[in-house]
Amino acid sequence: MSIHLDHAGIAAIPVGGAEAAASCTPWKASVVAELAEVVSHEAVNSEYRHLVLGCGPEAAAALPGQFFQLLCPHPLGEQPFLRRPMSLYGADPDRRQVEFLYKVTGAGTRGLDTLKIGDRLDIMGPLGTGFTLDPAWRNIVVVARGAGLATLAPLARAAKANGTHITAVLSARRPDLLVSVELFQSQGADVVAVTDAEASSGPANVERILRRLIADGRCDAFFTCGSSRLMRVQQRLAREFGLPGQVAMEQQMACGIGLCYCCVRDFNVDGEIVSRRVCWDGPVFDLMEALP
Amino acid sequence: MSADVDLSVSIGGLRLRNPVMPASGTFAEGLERVMDFNRLGAFVTKTITRELRAGNPLPRVVERPGSLINAIGIPSKGVPYFVEKTMPHYAPYDTPLVVSISAPTAEGFASLAAELSIPGIAAIEANISCPNIEEDGKAFAMRAESTENVTRQLRAATDLPLWVKLTPNTGDVPEVARAAEAAGADAVVVANTILSMAIDLKSFKPCLGNIMGGLSGPAIKPIVLRQVFQCAKAVKIPVIGCGGISTADDAVEYMLAGASAVQVGTATFLQPAAMTTIIDDLETFCRHREISRVTDLIGGVVIEEADEPDLAWLDPVS
Repeated sequence: MSIHLDHAGIAAIPVGGAEAAASCTPWKASVVAELAEVVSHEAVNSEYRHLVLGCGPEAAAALPGQFFQLLCPHPLGEQPFLRRPMSLYGADPDRRQVEFLYKVTGAGTRGLDTLKIGDRLDIMGPLGTGFTLDPAWRNIVVVARGAGLATLAPLARAAKANGTHITAVLSARRPDLLVSVELFQSQGADVVAVTDAEASSGPANVERILRRLIADGRCDAFFTCGSSRLMRVQQRLAREFGLPGQVAMEQQMACGIGLCYCCVRDFNVDGEIVSRRVCWDGPVFDLMEALP
Repeated sequence: MSADVDLSVSIGGLRLRNPVMPASGTFAEGLERVMDFNRLGAFVTKTITRELRAGNPLPRVVERPGSLINAIGIPSKGVPYFVEKTMPHYAPYDTPLVVSISAPTAEGFASLAAELSIPGIAAIEANISCPNIEEDGKAFAMRAESTENVTRQLRAATDLPLWVKLTPNTGDVPEVARAAEAAGADAVVVANTILSMAIDLKSFKPCLGNIMGGLSGPAIKPIVLRQVFQCAKAVKIPVIGCGGISTADDAVEYMLAGASAVQVGTATFLQPAAMTTIIDDLETFCRHREISRVTDLIGGVVIEEADEPDLAWLDPVS
């Protein structure tokens, strides 16, 4: 397939705008496509780039787990046609900025890689339904790999604001490819890094780590993204210990706003298989309903 | 604001505030977050079927330069869900609701149209052209006879304005348009997506789960524009143009070729507010060209006698 999700298909809408619309009050957009300005754009390691954009108030109000559809510039010799879904890495309503953390993997992200400070990028969002933090949760566990390292990062600030402590289990192929470690730590999270290179990232070891956290009373809920194997471990533990969880799912997308039914996935809802749109019903779903 | 330009059009007795509406399958309530629904010429729903349909296996879309190939497969939750859950969403708006329907048989089309001839629905668009729905991409609209038959049965089943959506995947679209007109259609929509295919060079597998799909987007515009031109000359009922329209210039081009209204689909995936932008720019275009009624554009292409093309070679070999 040639439209890889360059990165996350992860997203989520804060709700709100949708049902309002109709008659009485003047109509107002809650999702906009705009030309955002590149404020900074840096390589954080050999694979990931950090992009900061100046944007309008709607985009800057994006919530953790939501996503944007980026109309990527064309890299030399390639013509990506569709927008690319990209999960939110950070949003600052006061400074009117949004941030993305991406890995160069396809035509879309190769196009993004060409952006220089001052360039404009057409961003559409915020989209989808994001994470929910229950005020009662004192301790949550974040398990992230791949795109999940970016998608789950905005939870660090949100959890701190909620008075919730995070233990973040961050997984990558090699220690130098881990991202978001400092971000989590700066918000007071404990970070447990696991990598393929150190043979610590396998499901068995992650399960050991999670069981210890549960036993220590450090896990009121799971938040995960980026690994089906690790999701299954958390589903098993969530069932065993009666814990809630949320997962951000990826899927190839076209419209990003629920029109085309391209990004459907099956979910197990009380034993019944239900098809849902990742862009519209998600991208954050109940951990127990998700199917790999 | 539009005091000086009249954008309204009439499609088979149905008055639209402007000639811009969504193409079926590219419109849903999500766009309410992006645009004021009271600005559209009409709503056109995603095609519904009587039977529940899961849709095609993934991947359902693949992109190509300037275009998109889709094989979504018309996932449908059936009629009761549509009437109870989908319709109320559009009720608050002062915009006509056009319901796109499909069925595996002519009788199925007719009974579905009859069941949906209810208050709140302004017109029926019969999707007799979806290339994915039948084996090998065959559809009613590939032949004049099957088009006439299904249209006749639809006509007998409903008093609502009846739009018949034709396929571009046939040798003689004007002949099919004439068949729809003869059987009582109030308008034809020209056209649907172009049957196509893409193969992945890593795996050697088709890019789509359904193997084949429908091509849409700017790449197909010149082809469908030509078909609209031909159909508009062939029939007296309105032709609604649909194929690769992204800008007001595209819409004007279609209207000059003979379209009375236009549908916008794939463009919405790239610019979610494409339809309202087109409406604004269409008004600006008319004002700059001192055209007081948008209907003055319809069929306005200027063809000098000496330029009349020799279309003989385009006739299908029968």
